This record gives sequence, C-alpha cells and structure tokens, in this order.
Amino acid sequence: MAGLRYEAPNTVDAAIGLLSEVAGAKVLAGGTDLLVQIREEMIDPDLIVDIKRIDETRRIEITPDYVKIGAAMTGAELGENEELAAMWPGVIEAVELIGSWQVQGRATIGGNLCNASPAADSVPAIIASGAKIVVAGPQGVREIPAEEFPKAPGRTALEANEFVVSLVLPVPPKRSGDAYLRFIPRTEMDIAVVGAGVSVSLNEDGTCASARVALGAVAPTALLVKDAIDALLGSKLDDVTLEKLDKAARDACNPIDDKRGTIEYRTKVAGVLVRRTAAIAWERAQKQNG
Amino acid sequence: MPSVTMKVNGKNVNAEVENRTLLVQYLRDHLNMTGTHVGCDTSQCGCCVVHVNGSSVKSCTMLAVQAEGADVVTIEGLADGEVLHPMQAAFREHHGLQCGFCTPGMVMSAVDLAKENPDPSETEIREWLEGNICRCTGYHNIVKAIAAGTKNMQG
Ligand SMILES: Cc1cc2nc3c(=O)[nH]c(=O)nc-3n(C[C@H](O)[C@H](O)[C@H](O)COP(=O)(O)OP(=O)(O)OC[C@H]3O[C@@H](n4cnc5c(N)ncnc54)[C@H](O)[C@@H]3O)c2cc1C
Ligand code: FES
Ligand code: FES
Repeated sequence: MAGLRYEAPNTVDAAIGLLSEVAGAKVLAGGTDLLVQIREEMIDPDLIVDIKRIDETRRIEITPDYVKIGAAMTGAELGENEELAAMWPGVIEAVELIGSWQVQGRATIGGNLCNASPAADSVPAIIASGAKIVVAGPQGVREIPAEEFPKAPGRTALEANEFVVSLVLPVPPKRSGDAYLRFIPRTEMDIAVVGAGVSVSLNEDGTCASARVALGAVAPTALLVKDAIDALLGSKLDDVTLEKLDKAARDACNPIDDKRGTIEYRTKVAGVLVRRTAAIAWERAQKQNG
Repeated sequence: MPSVTMKVNGKNVNAEVENRTLLVQYLRDHLNMTGTHVGCDTSQCGCCVVHVNGSSVKSCTMLAVQAEGADVVTIEGLADGEVLHPMQAAFREHHGLQCGFCTPGMVMSAVDLAKENPDPSETEIREWLEGNICRCTGYHNIVKAIAAGTKNMQG
C-alpha cells in the first residue's frame, strides 16, 4: 500500500496524460462507488484522477440539435435544470433515484455508467434516450452508442487510459416522451430487481413513430430490447401491443437468482414494469404536442 | 504527504494527510473531532453526515484532499457555546435519540432539510431520512424531533 497519488487536472488532455502515466490509475467522479471499493480493499490504485475540475465534464449544453451532459454532473444538478427535465424526464428521474439526498449531491451520471453495475439506475434510461457516450483517450475522441457501452458487470467499452467526458442525447422531436421505473423490495436506497427505460415519439395520428426500450438488472448488462421496440412501432399501445411488449421483455431476460428475487420473479416483473413504463412514456408524449 | 487546508466550524485548519484519508477520518483522527461517527463501510448509514459548503454530505464519500478550501461544519459546530442549536434542542426535547450513535448524522441531515424545506410533512421528513439509518430504530421520535426542530429554526 504505497502512497496513493491524487490529482485533479483542469483539462481533458492533462487527465489522459495522467491516466497514461500510471498503470491501473482510476478516474474519480463522485466517489460514491470508488471510495467504497477502495475502503473495502476491492481495489488498490496507485493514482486517482479527479475529473471534476475539467470544465467539459461539469456543464450542460442544450442546442437545437443535441443535449450534451458533462459526465461529472450529479443527479441533484441535473434535476435542477428544468429545460433538460422537460426534454428527458425519464433520464432525470433515473439519475435522481441514485441514493439518498447526500449521495445525489455527489454521485454522477458518468460514474453510474462507468461503474457498470448491471442494476445501475440511469443506464436503461440513457440507452432508451439513444445517447452517445463521448470518450476521450490517447487516440483522440470517439463516440460510443450507449447500448454498446456496458460490456459485463464492472466492465465497459472504455479502452486503456480513456474516460467519459460527456453524454450526447438527441433533442426529442414533437410528441415524444420517456420514462424510467425500477422495482425494488424497499421503497428507497436499494438495488433494482428490474429497471425499465422507454422512450417514444408519436405520429400525428397517435401511432408510434419511433421507440427505444431498455432493461436493467435482468442480465449481465443493461440491454436494448429490439423485439420490444418492434412491438411498439406503428402501434397505439393497445392491449395486443402491451402483451407483445411484455413477452419481448420477458424473452430478453437472463437474470440471476439472489436474495432480491428469483429468476422467475425477475422475469415476470420485467414484463409488468416495461408495460407501466411504456404507458408513462406514452402519456408524456401525448401531452407534449407543442 | 500533501497538505490540506480547509475551514472546519469556522476555524482554518491545515494538516498533512495521506491522499487516501477520507474526510471523516481526517475529522476524527487528525482533528480529534469525534462527534462525526462512522457506522458502516459502504456509505449507507449516514452517521458521518457533515455540511460541506452548505450542503449535507456523507463524509465517508469524500477524500480529505477533495475538501481543500472548503467550508466544513460538523456536529461540534452547531451549538452556540452552551446554547444548543434549535435542532439539537428538539432532539433532546422529543427524545430523538436512544444510544445516540446515529444522532450526529441525523441532526446534520435534519438541519439541511430545514433549509431546503422549511415546512416538511411527516412523509417528506421520512423520505429525507432514507440515507440515515438508526440501529435503535427510534425513527418515530426522530421524525417528531425534526418536525419541531425545523419549526424552531424558522422562529
Ligand atoms: C448509499 C448509496 C446508495 C446508492 N444507491 C444507488 C441507486 O439507488 N442506484 C444506483 O444506480 N446506484 C446507487 N449507488 C451507487 C453509486 O452511487 C452510483 O453508481 C453513482 O452514480 C456512481 O457515481 P460516482 O460519480 O460516485 O462514481 P465514482 O465512484 O466516482 O466512480 C465509479 C466508477 O466509475 C469510474 N468512473 C467515474 N467517472 C468516470 C468517467 N467519467 N470516465 C471513466 N470512468 C469513470 C470510476 O473509476 C469508478 O470505477 C449508491 C451508492 C451508495 C453509496
Ligand atoms: S460511515 Fe458514512 S455513511 Fe456510514
Ligand atoms: S439512536 Fe441508536 S442508532 Fe439511532
């Protein structure tokens, strides 16, 4: 346990330089996962690079074409941005579910994504939004579709010495809505048994023009569920559609058995939860016709 | 070892700490301010809540070096000499503690709540406390104490 080095660089390039300098260096954002892992001696890095002084990770940029969210923005900060909350209410409700008040003030959206827990709350909502993850590294900057970012529990698409700078979400078209629901045994501060994120855009006649459906906690990573999307497209969310959606969600599940729920239970809950989430997204889309 | 300077309960303090030192360890082990408690190693219990630049933070989710230049208030900084802070007085009045282990974190969280929401309902108080766990499970009186303390703080 040699001395741990702590650096808080001001630029993306300086951060990449530091990450490249020391093997196994760790990025620190809110620390609500990382400091617990260090304390429990699950990891013992020689260097931690605090990215919160880097401007690009700490701002929200809303343009007519896209919304860019800095990776080190906290759930509390994102919730305060009313414009963002109006565009992507489901993403915001998902990040605001992360922990209690004291944790929300520190935990970041990028940290939730990079920690790569299969049950991370913001990830299904991020995937459902169609976000791209903006990654910087020694080879420059690249964008990764959100659904390709988590690779396994605790592992992401990040290559050596890369880190996430921001997330880019589209500006939703008219008549769009998204939602995130999680199911947990307690009411607060627990790990999701299932999390479901849905985003939809409707045509003028009320049929579904485009949709994205993602599930968390039912497989080694959060999943984009293609069959569930196909079930929604062109529909008006009638009973037949809901039944297809339910089945598509159940078929996509590959969950674990643990104290929070058996495989059978999680699979059943996934179907029910995705229906409810779709209904909320739909209602939001119908309201947002201006 | 790096040196870190911050304000704790209005006083400037400076010390050399290892980078891995958590803010809570710094407060307890370096400054001997043991009012801030440690009840878990997973950042769940909330015994360690302090205020950093005005908002409540679990001091085990922060490194001491991250508090460089910050304004930190701990449970020791609430009372005005011998006069208890209205929230502390309300905890005493309403028996908001049994063993007292969780109390520093409860009080620090409650003071932050009172600033955010000067007139919280019982449900809002209970929701607010999701990050604070009482092993003695005396929540009923804690909630009563916080309702009263919040009122006293406005008065
Ligand atoms: C009491 C408590 C309750 C919690 N409740 C929930 C909950 O309800 N739902 C939930 O999903 N999670 C929960 N968590 C887990 C945790 O708070 C979240 O995963 C949080 O979003 C992590 O963000 P952070 O900024 O604190 O990450 P950190 O701890 O700073 O980092 C997490 C990991 O990601 C890496 N990392 C961070 N940012 C980047 C980046 N920009 N680029 C590359 N790598 C990066 C770090 O190196 C580390 O490996 C809880 C944690 C606690 C302590
Ligand atoms: S010691 Fe900080 S939350 Fe338990
Ligand atoms: S009073 Fe004993 S832990 Fe709360």
